[in-house]
Amino acid sequence: MAALVIKNGRVIDPALRTDRVADVLIVDGRIAGVAPDLSSSRAQMMDATGLIVAPGFIDMHVHLREPGFEHAETIESGSRAAAAGGFTTICCMPNTKPVNDSPTVTSYIVERARQKAVVNVFPIGAITKGSAGEELAAIGAMKEAGVVAISDDGMPVMNSRVMRRAMEFARSYGLPLIDHCEDLNLSAGGDMNESAASVRWGLRGIPAASEDIMVARDLLLAELTGARYHVAHISTRNSVAMVEYARRRGLPVTCEATPHHFALSDVQMPPYDSNYKMKPPLRSECDAGAVTDAIAAGTVAAIATDHAPHPGSEKMQEFERCPFGIIGLETAVGLAFERLVHPGRISLARMIELFTTGPDSILQLGRGTLATGAPGDVTILSPDREWRYDLNQSSSRSRNSPFDGHAFRGGAVATVVAGEVVWQAA
Amino acid sequence: MFSQPLSNANSRSNAGLLGIEELDRAEIDAILTRARDFQPLQSQSLKKLDTLRGKMIVNLFFEASTRTRTSFEIAAKRLSADAISITASGSSVSKGESLVDTLNTLAAMRPDAIVMRHAASGAPHFLARHLPTPIINAGDGTHEHPTQALLDARTILDRRQTLEGLRVAIIGDIAHSRVARSNVHLLSKFGTQIVLCGPASLLPKELAQLAPGVTLTTDIREAIKDADVIMMLRVQLERQHEAAFPASEYFKFYGLRLEHLDQARPDAIVMHPGPINRGRELSSEVADFQRSVILNQVENGIAVRMAVLEKVIG
Repeated sequence: MAALVIKNGRVIDPALRTDRVADVLIVDGRIAGVAPDLSSSRAQMMDATGLIVAPGFIDMHVHLREPGFEHAETIESGSRAAAAGGFTTICCMPNTKPVNDSPTVTSYIVERARQKAVVNVFPIGAITKGSAGEELAAIGAMKEAGVVAISDDGMPVMNSRVMRRAMEFARSYGLPLIDHCEDLNLSAGGDMNESAASVRWGLRGIPAASEDIMVARDLLLAELTGARYHVAHISTRNSVAMVEYARRRGLPVTCEATPHHFALSDVQMPPYDSNYKMKPPLRSECDAGAVTDAIAAGTVAAIATDHAPHPGSEKMQEFERCPFGIIGLETAVGLAFERLVHPGRISLARMIELFTTGPDSILQLGRGTLATGAPGDVTILSPDREWRYDLNQSSSRSRNSPFDGHAFRGGAVATVVAGEVVWQAA
Repeated sequence: MFSQPLSNANSRSNAGLLGIEELDRAEIDAILTRARDFQPLQSQSLKKLDTLRGKMIVNLFFEASTRTRTSFEIAAKRLSADAISITASGSSVSKGESLVDTLNTLAAMRPDAIVMRHAASGAPHFLARHLPTPIINAGDGTHEHPTQALLDARTILDRRQTLEGLRVAIIGDIAHSRVARSNVHLLSKFGTQIVLCGPASLLPKELAQLAPGVTLTTDIREAIKDADVIMMLRVQLERQHEAAFPASEYFKFYGLRLEHLDQARPDAIVMHPGPINRGRELSSEVADFQRSVILNQVENGIAVRMAVLEKVIG
């Protein structure tokens, strides 16, 4: 019997509506109880006095690059970055090489994760074969092999008829469909948000409308099909308003926001700095404000990082040639404290919800709670810990982050997966 | 806020010339004044000074250019610098080497400056953050072309006392024009009224925020009315990523013809960065018009680039 007892922390579990000082006992990888003065004679002890003890954090949107792009990230290195950011569970997007569009690739990822990952890894399957947007992938078979959602993230389905069929299948298999909303014709060639800055710097713009158009289409199709539909990395005020409207009408529609879309806007972007180049691009201050408001109002169900590793050689190019995306697993919780909790926009409990019950209710993983019998995943937080992000020390294989050197207050201090301490702050 | 650990792309720490936007009025004045000193030299039989003797300048052109490259080469030679020109075809670039690797290789040969043209906006700014060698931007994508704006200002000032209070119309594909952006930044710093004019799809409304004193119109007659200077832009079909306007209609609505000039001030001058497309953005009569200063611009290009090279290397 392997046991771990986390002593004297302030236990906050939104799923159980708990907020009290207690001990958390994990036995054989599962939560055995949350109560004051728990002990087990052979349990390893962890003192959490003065710290917050929360259910393990879930990041429902990461790119692990394996198979196919192991020079950028591997399941192992990505999982270590997740642990170092306080995440116990991550869901990886299918844009690997080959694309995760078949049970063979899904099984490969599940098996690699079992061997190498230090956190739980759940794959997300492609919507269409090769994410080419034409022929549906083997959705049912991938579900049997372990995918928890489907998405053609980054290569979104432009054909509305294909999207409709995908939603119908997703619904019948009980899977949520996650869309990266971008009208590829409208955004073609764009490198940053269409704005005064893009015009000033002579860069082609990606208008907010390119996101809004697809959110509108998808919401209409979700209504038509009854599918559970989720907007990835929402970034515009109009998209937020449309999701809010759909939710008010009772549609099973959710959305996530990334830390960079609530923490940064295009006016903070230094010219031609590829560490600020991502899709959707950093939007206007007004859009970033709308995303923050939607987090506070409850329209946004989850914070997800869209952790997108690219090796230095690919980011060290002319801006327009650099690939889109930044890494984010290690800075997400710090940014949530800095931008949401410390300024009083949301409570600590709400922040925990955004990383636990929020994503879990979308993906239905049976995680994100400290209920007895639940997986023994715990994230221990300190709201006041001061730390500096040093990219050179990152567990990720890539270094593409705009937050290098940034001083944070608040963050994860330890990550426990199935009763094992997989990461602790130095 | 988060940009503190990152170096500013417009940093002038290596003292090249990346753009007009980050220059102040005094710096621009100094270059224009110095260029005037070099103007008489252009018509002397002995045209060479030994200011930059022993200095090495690499002209690195990743995009086709005849006049700008030649102009920089002549400017370097008139200052007795050694100039080497490299074009993208036939170089390591066509063998798939990255821009950083190419520039690192060149920098290792210790040139005193690199003059660079590149199709990507910000390419010289990106390199300036990683290279110790001063970089002179000879045109980056659709961003800036600083020496063009300087030579345009020199050409206007050869005919006017001051830039202040002038009305300058810039007409054409503004969205994709680095010449327009550099000119807007320069003229605005001197209190010029600037009217930008072109088809709506090539005239994003955000251009009005580029600098103080900028207004926009899609009506060429409104743009030209009372103008002191009319700058026509080349219609850069190679920069069109889509059909942003019907090419067949362009000359009808945005081509400059002699009859338009009646609306401008009687002494208004017509400028064009070249190469001109007769019958596309301006009529042949306008190109050869007595108050067309297109060839003066070319001539001033050498004097201005001499002043820039001297400032950067001298």
